Amino acid sequence: MEDMKDIVLEYVIEEYLEDEDEVLTYDSPLISGGIVDSFSMVSLKRFLENKYNITLPDDKATPEAFDTVNNIVALVNEFLK
Amino acid sequence: MSNIGSYEERIKDFSWKLAEEELEYKDGDVINIGWYCSDRNCIKGKGEKMALIWEGLGGVEKKYTFNDVRLASNTIGHHLRGLGIKNEDRVCLFMDKIPELYLSFLGVLKIGAIAQPLFSAFGDESLHVRLENAQTKAIITQRKHVSKVRRILEQMPYLEHIIIVDHDGKKPLKERETVFNLEEAEKIDEFEIFPTKAESPSLLHYTSGTTGQPKGVKHVHYSIISQYLTAKWVLDLQDDDIYWCTADPGWVTGTSYGIIGPWSQGITQCVLDTGFSAESWYKFIEKNKVSMWYSAPTAIRSLMKAGDDLIKQHDLSSLRHIASVGEPLNAEAVIWSEKVYGMPFYDTYWQTETGSMMLTNYPGMKIKPGSMGKPFPGIIAAVLDEKTFEPITEPNKPGLIGFKPGWPSMMRTYWGNEETYKKKFVNGWYLPGDKSTIDKDGYFWFVGRDDDVINTGGHLVSPFEVESALLEHEAVAESAVVAKPDEVNMEVVKAFVTLNPGFVADDDLELKIMNFIRKKLSPLAMPQEIEYMEKLPKTRSGKIMRRMLRAKEWGEEIGDTSTLDDE
Repeated sequence: MEDMKDIVLEYVIEEYLEDEDEVLTYDSPLISGGIVDSFSMVSLKRFLENKYNITLPDDKATPEAFDTVNNIVALVNEFLK
Repeated sequence: MSNIGSYEERIKDFSWKLAEEELEYKDGDVINIGWYCSDRNCIKGKGEKMALIWEGLGGVEKKYTFNDVRLASNTIGHHLRGLGIKNEDRVCLFMDKIPELYLSFLGVLKIGAIAQPLFSAFGDESLHVRLENAQTKAIITQRKHVSKVRRILEQMPYLEHIIIVDHDGKKPLKERETVFNLEEAEKIDEFEIFPTKAESPSLLHYTSGTTGQPKGVKHVHYSIISQYLTAKWVLDLQDDDIYWCTADPGWVTGTSYGIIGPWSQGITQCVLDTGFSAESWYKFIEKNKVSMWYSAPTAIRSLMKAGDDLIKQHDLSSLRHIASVGEPLNAEAVIWSEKVYGMPFYDTYWQTETGSMMLTNYPGMKIKPGSMGKPFPGIIAAVLDEKTFEPITEPNKPGLIGFKPGWPSMMRTYWGNEETYKKKFVNGWYLPGDKSTIDKDGYFWFVGRDDDVINTGGHLVSPFEVESALLEHEAVAESAVVAKPDEVNMEVVKAFVTLNPGFVADDDLELKIMNFIRKKLSPLAMPQEIEYMEKLPKTRSGKIMRRMLRAKEWGEEIGDTSTLDDE
């Protein structure tokens, strides 16, 4: 679980964070915080699907479900089971 | 009673003089949008009225009266003038929807310089081609976006000033960078505004076509005449309204109706500078008692997806009028809005080049869900035969939309590209590039684009631009980009690629290519899907048949394939 959190957080920082000084945590708002926009969310979803070999249905991949690393990890775990 | 009153009465003997009189402008006078949106409101006794209520991440709020807006725009103008920025110099505004964006816009106009707002999510290359085209002299930006400017700085000797509005001093400034902190700057009360005239350039907004680089649409200060009256009659802005335009001023809606339209009338507006979530939007409306809301189909469809229960948890009773722009608003969304908000979204049709609304639904008019409505008074619109460019008189027959040139906010040219500008006019009509029908009652119904440009979430993406960027990825040998239907965004970008030897067509490579485009161009331009092909369909002369790929995505007939090279 912690591994997944760190992997997702690291990916978000690497790919989407523009402000080098901004500190992201597992609870930082990603979508509502404007770090990942709705178009970019597609690439984040694709990353999760590739990494964890899952398919996330579009109706589950909502801005709320992607809004924090913790939310994302919960969503991914739902489909890993 | 709505501002427009009777549409039928308004179209009789309409003259733009009406707006000129209300704005107390006479032919030949000085006319400066920056002054109209700030100083004039103070002169009219609205100095202490709230102009901008801004909310950022974490509920941080800032408020500005019209007098604050006047002082801030003076102060920014003064600072720019001190740096040597002169009238008609291009100043890029590359910021999120922070107050400095709105205030700088007016400050730039007050010194007669040309504002060049650019969407802050643009990647390095998108930023570079637009600055290169405009030969931009200064850019006002934020700490979080300055790294993009730094990466392309060497290629831009003309860019003399990089002004950072939120520098915190933690890291050293680099070449050509300076700091401007609005809150700490000495406020400039007396300021000499540059005496711009009706045809003085005000604004460059960039838009994409099927081929070539993005085009800089040049607008002039006289555009305020159209923007003022359309905001008054279509958005029906009233003096006690709290208005919310959800558009980013990096795009034309965000300036025409996110700054000029409301502020030329002295209307209070609010801005939410956070990412989208249905919950935060409803909270924002409730908290600020928004009464007029101008949004976009993509957002509206996302709100539909979020469900009706969420609406019941918020008091949205302040809403009195709602409207939409970006891409055609589907009938289902109009009907839904009437059910859940108690009023329909009034669809409006216009584009970057027109500068203001052209076809719209009006308060008091019968709404036909799915229709773009009727021409704004003074706008002569028709559906034209695609061969003769003569108006089609038969109802419901599709053709090209055409507008007779002459309204105040019409673009004056494409920056440095007069040739392409001239091609937009045929047989005395301006062609926006869309197809439509007109029904027997005179309502316009959107049919589709007349070219390959992709309209995603209300923003135009050039397939050529994406294809060119794809070829810069080491794995991509050939590329073709088309629109793919999408439930929320109407269309999204889809790419077909062939790979260079040594690269494996797998999911990881697809993601790498997607991210490559996102960073290079923008999230909007990022293909949402990439399909690997052995070869792309081409004519015998070697031209990629994008039409065939598009037809496949839309489930349409492929059409004539006689020129297909099927060797």
